[in-house]
Amino acid sequence: MNEFAQTMGTATPPASRRRRGFLKRGVIPGFGLTFGLTLAYLAIIVLLPILALVLKAASLTLAEYWAIVSSPRAVATYRLTLSSALHATLMNAVIGLLLAWVLVNYDFPGRRLLDALVDLPFALPTAVAGISLTALLAPNGWLGQFLAPLGIKVAYAQPGIVIAMAFTSLPFVVRTVQPVLEDMEPEAEEAGIMLGASDFQIFARIIFPTILPAFIAGCALAFARSLGEFGAVIFIAGNLPMQTEITALLTVIRVEEFDYAAAAALATVILMAAFAMLFVVNGIQLWQLRYLRGN
Amino acid sequence: MTGLIGAIEANVLPTPGGGDRQAKKRVGQSPWVRRTLIASAFLLAALLLLLPVVVIFVEALGLGLGAYFDAILEPSTLHAVFLTLLTAVVVVPVNIAFGISAAWCITRFEFTGKKLLITVIEIPFSISPIVAGVAYLFLYGSQGLLGPLLAAHDIQIMFSLPAIFLASMFVTSPFVARELIATMQVQGNEYEEAALSLGASGFRTFLLITLPNMKWGLLYGALLCNARVMGEFGAVSVVSGSIRGQTNTLPLQIELLFNDYSAVGAFAAATLLTLLALISLAAKLWLERHR
Repeated sequence: MNEFAQTMGTATPPASRRRRGFLKRGVIPGFGLTFGLTLAYLAIIVLLPILALVLKAASLTLAEYWAIVSSPRAVATYRLTLSSALHATLMNAVIGLLLAWVLVNYDFPGRRLLDALVDLPFALPTAVAGISLTALLAPNGWLGQFLAPLGIKVAYAQPGIVIAMAFTSLPFVVRTVQPVLEDMEPEAEEAGIMLGASDFQIFARIIFPTILPAFIAGCALAFARSLGEFGAVIFIAGNLPMQTEITALLTVIRVEEFDYAAAAALATVILMAAFAMLFVVNGIQLWQLRYLRGN
Repeated sequence: MTGLIGAIEANVLPTPGGGDRQAKKRVGQSPWVRRTLIASAFLLAALLLLLPVVVIFVEALGLGLGAYFDAILEPSTLHAVFLTLLTAVVVVPVNIAFGISAAWCITRFEFTGKKLLITVIEIPFSISPIVAGVAYLFLYGSQGLLGPLLAAHDIQIMFSLPAIFLASMFVTSPFVARELIATMQVQGNEYEEAALSLGASGFRTFLLITLPNMKWGLLYGALLCNARVMGEFGAVSVVSGSIRGQTNTLPLQIELLFNDYSAVGAFAAATLLTLLALISLAAKLWLERHR
């Protein structure tokens, strides 16, 4: 679904309110109740499990931890996951930009349908996407049968992983670039036209710089999502150790082998990568805000 | 600014239907550029978005309607449907309650640490469901943090229904909260303040002022939450134990059938989740137009 939709500004309180402790008091009741409930739920559902994971990983000695996370099989999964996510993001950068451009700039029959269809990857459960893409791209599949004679192996090889990741993260670039394109003032473009610039020059020097921060933000979100994708990937990946095994799958395999120490260590690697991406995405957003104000 | 992935959302307000735009921009309006771009957009959408959906139905119905219904009425698949519905019935209301509570305290009060709270609320969006599942294992599993305590009281959480519910709550907890925070932020609290100063009780104010005002945001959030709960695979697959006919939700059942080379069974089960996705998309469009 549209995972990214709304803004969260901060309401400005009336000046008349007095600050008592860490809360500014108003007439509205229920702070204690709702704050307490919210905090308790987050603690039990979100924070406690993460704490348990970190504690489990911390119970390993540094040498043990390092031996697990730097084992050749683990490193092979990082390589595969990162490079597949990168390729999927590049694919989505091109496709996403094209779709956003077409949806915003042209009016044609079926535009609304196309617009709605873009959200499909968020709505379709990942396991369903996984078996569907496999049926399409397997060597005897709908599309795979035409690719196999050409020596192109998609399913059960890295290209299949890339396509599964690209499918599940397709809406990000479209939905971040679309509103910025829509809000663009025509004046700058018109000035460019008046000054005799070609279409390509106007796109490269006026339009693209304007959408650049949103475009990069969309790419970062797609990349983060691809790194964490599991359901769609495992059906199509082939899952051969050292070759087509992603990090999340190796973690699950360790759980199934009851090698909980290794599972904890690998899970913390994925967790750290996620937090690093979060940091990057937040940084890009701050830059974007400043960039937009600067314009 | 605000936390996590929600960060970028500042610029991602959905545009229902795209709005009406006159073609005043002239870049890329020459006929052949226009036609090429529209055609390639349709081609890509057909290949990447439409074809995967078509495949599911064709594969499921490939051996005829009889085989399709036999596959769906298979007892373990029916049980998976039941379990998936049960999970949604348990998880969605809990996350609605959480969402209302979180949105109330975040949008109606000013307090230190608010931004941190918003960040924590959004954490599940950026964590891989696999990590969530593994984390639950280390909390409630036999070797987990609470394992000895649970064993002493003979309580089983892992590899049973409670684990499926809890892991689903983790993964989908931000959905309703995020929508409600956005909705209630825009509305401000003047109406509530008026009601309260006229002597209405807090609960009455909530029931008669806040609830009607936030109903579209609430429905929208609940819709997204429900779609994700029913389709969740990664987190649930780690914690459920995938016991056939007992702890298999529909996505897990699809995996099991697919790995058993029961293609019709897997795709028949998948049509149910695909229909859910299509209905959710349609409902989402309808909601975006009505709020």
